[in-house]
Amino acid sequence: MRYWLSALLAALFLLAWQGVASLDSVDDLTLASPVETFEALVDDWSLLWGNARSTLAEVLLGLGAAVALGGGLGVAMHLFRPLRDAAYPLLVASQAIPIVVLAPIFVLLFDFGMRPTIAIVALICFFPITVNLLDGLRSVEPELLKLMRSMGATRLRTLRSVELPASLPSLFTGLKVAATVSVIGAVFGEWAGGQEGLGRLVLNANNQLQTGRLYAGTVLLSAMAIALFLLAALLERLICPWNRKDKPV
Amino acid sequence: MQTEAEAPATEPLSLTNVTRRYRRVTALEGIHLSVRQDEVLAVVGPSGCGKSTLLELIAGLQEPDEGAVSVAGAREPAARRAACAYMPQRDLLLPWRDALGNAALALECQGVRAAEARRRAEPLFERFGLAEFEEAEPAELSGGMRQRVAFLRTLLPGRPVLLLDEPFGALDSITRASMQRWLAGALEQEPRTVLLVTHDTEEAVFLADRVAVLSPRPGRVVAEIAVDLPRPREVTSPGFTAVKRSALEALAA
Repeated sequence: MRYWLSALLAALFLLAWQGVASLDSVDDLTLASPVETFEALVDDWSLLWGNARSTLAEVLLGLGAAVALGGGLGVAMHLFRPLRDAAYPLLVASQAIPIVVLAPIFVLLFDFGMRPTIAIVALICFFPITVNLLDGLRSVEPELLKLMRSMGATRLRTLRSVELPASLPSLFTGLKVAATVSVIGAVFGEWAGGQEGLGRLVLNANNQLQTGRLYAGTVLLSAMAIALFLLAALLERLICPWNRKDKPV
Repeated sequence: MQTEAEAPATEPLSLTNVTRRYRRVTALEGIHLSVRQDEVLAVVGPSGCGKSTLLELIAGLQEPDEGAVSVAGAREPAARRAACAYMPQRDLLLPWRDALGNAALALECQGVRAAEARRRAEPLFERFGLAEFEEAEPAELSGGMRQRVAFLRTLLPGRPVLLLDEPFGALDSITRASMQRWLAGALEQEPRTVLLVTHDTEEAVFLADRVAVLSPRPGRVVAEIAVDLPRPREVTSPGFTAVKRSALEALAA
């Protein structure tokens, strides 16, 4: 049922888009119609696909780095209260730095090519992962922590057997947010210092007035965000099936 | 070093003149209690009389402001924790572990490997009426079964003193009655030193060898009533109602 509703809404959106694009007052250079976008998608497929693969690689590597760094940082901040108090404001501040300020620094640090882009994706993605993981780790009921203490559990045992499993649903919420913003992070990264990828392609198409290609690239970026989101949701179902039947204690 | 004021080390559980204060309220005042080997002591009292505080003091999760707590001769909080098996009011089963894994958790906390802990928990499932539910998720179990898994988790490490905090408080009355009969039978087969906290005088008289009645805050022991009734006990028998009445009178006083 919900898939039908999504499909219906998407169809309505496409129709409205086609309608607006066909208006005489709307310039073809301003807005490509769905038909033009589809034609560009077919005609430029090999170009689009090659660039999509670079962007996907940047996104996945950036997400992986964000999970590793954000996960490690979240656990460390949970275990050491002073670190949490000290690092939290910096964590928030890191998200307010404009990419134009960061990009030259990252290019300097990581050289050209994919690496600065991966770093920007990781910087944008680690925030929702760390913040949600921290919330999840702290969501365990005091009663349960007391029980673990009475059973003689060490700090690490409680972390491993109780706090980490209890934090998984939150962690996946963070991962879903991260997966969604990772794509736009890769686009910014490519604009700042990349030679290839969909972000670069979209920018070039815009400069060259190839509106159809511009829209085709955008459609692929959106498809990538949806696919990554669904992948995160699928992983969540596989890894924490209890979350649907029973609330974690 | 043993002084006269201290309880003899042979008592598995003793509290001497224990007082516990929170910022503004005194939760417990001048508590003297002791439990003999394999005796079941029920502590009843109105809500807010410090029953849960009492259990946490014994279990080494809190320290008294005055007085001394000794469990199996141990006074240090860490040693008391090691001597007690504490069962909280709610079962607190972990939804990501199956029933066997939940029962094995206390053993794992003592450093037993997960597979070995499961292997040790398994034979008890049949005796606890949980056969064939080893791999059930907690969400698939009834309230009574969940409570039995929690009880198994409490028993498995084999600690000398059991501390039960309203163990059947969250169950419906029919399940509660059958769990009380089940616990009475289990303790008869395998006697243990138990301190049971409850607000239900009938449960106290049904299960305990002795009932200690606490006053409203600050909690003090206002009566200790021996329950010399044969087992299995009949809640409708005249002897039972007489003991229950004296407990209720002590509560109301």
